[in-house]
Amino acid sequence: MLTLTSPVDTALHRWPAWVKLAALAVFTVLLFRLASPAALAAAAAAILALHLPWGAGFARHAARMLRPLWLFVAVVALWHLWLADPAGGAVIILRMTSAVAAANLVTMTTRLSDMLAVFERLATPFAFVLPPHRLALAFALVIRFIPQLSLRLTQIAEAFRARSPRRPGWRVLVPATLAALDDAEHAAEALRARGGAD
Amino acid sequence: MERNLTHIALFAALIAILGLVPQISLASGVPITAQSLGIMLCGTVLGARRGALAVLLFLALVAAGLPLLSGGRGGIGVFQGPSVGYLIGFPIAAFVAGWIVERTTLPVGLSAGAGAVIGGIAVLYLFGIPGMALVLGKTLPEAALIGAAYLPGDMLKAVLAGFVTQGIARMRPGSLLSRA
Repeated sequence: MLTLTSPVDTALHRWPAWVKLAALAVFTVLLFRLASPAALAAAAAAILALHLPWGAGFARHAARMLRPLWLFVAVVALWHLWLADPAGGAVIILRMTSAVAAANLVTMTTRLSDMLAVFERLATPFAFVLPPHRLALAFALVIRFIPQLSLRLTQIAEAFRARSPRRPGWRVLVPATLAALDDAEHAAEALRARGGAD
Repeated sequence: MERNLTHIALFAALIAILGLVPQISLASGVPITAQSLGIMLCGTVLGARRGALAVLLFLALVAAGLPLLSGGRGGIGVFQGPSVGYLIGFPIAAFVAGWIVERTTLPVGLSAGAGAVIGGIAVLYLFGIPGMALVLGKTLPEAALIGAAYLPGDMLKAVLAGFVTQGIARMRPGSLLSRA
């Protein structure tokens, strides 16, 4: 399974994950404090500038990650044009796209393992209810079982097609959920046989 | 302990694959993603606490950079975008759906369907619509208008969640942890 981390190695990849997350938090708070279109345009330009030195491939990847926003951008733009309030629309659109683009930039320049390590460290104050090693094991189990369960779903759908000319559709849901329940029982047994989760 | 952990992990994986494989299309040909159905099933099958934890585990992996949200979305950016309210509402929706299945004595399918409607739709929209209003700078009624587009699909998913939970109860009653 592919992560959203960019394969293009940038200088930002070498920054510690927590520094980037803290910078993102500060930047986002700042974005919500800024209210003039000019200030927000400057913030958007700064984020754009951070994308450019790493080549066209990196910028294309970033643009692809912003694609789900375009529909909302179009709705807000049309709405504010209709209200004859282009400045208000520009504030909302610039703030939203800059916040999402900055967050995407952190995701694109941080490896999954580094990010998960930060989460595990953040969870240490809650160690009395959630021991960090159990959280790490849970992350690993999900990552391992997504391809496994996905394969099971494909097999269930193929088995249905072998029996019926109809499309499987919702009929795969019960066997897929049963597969998840069965795999969970087997994995629990396997963990116990190896000395348990602790 | 191990059973709790693996059930939470496997249902987090189930939410992910239901979002990755969106081949469930309605008779009208409108494609709908089954991801929010996965959220409902976490609650109705695993129960309130385990269901909510499974959803939180899934969201943590999304935030860490796996493209597991429907449409291949992921990363921290989705928590800054217009759907942030829905993401915050996901674990609470699963909790409420599970709580209703656990605490009512109605037949399993009926209580799971009711749980999915109340948790997976009412509670979810309660968080999702204000989130959209905030990010898009709109009033609540305007945001509700956008959110209402998803209502027919979500009603259908709630009904399916009821049927699937009932199917599990019939075939593997011991595995239905919300009623165990």
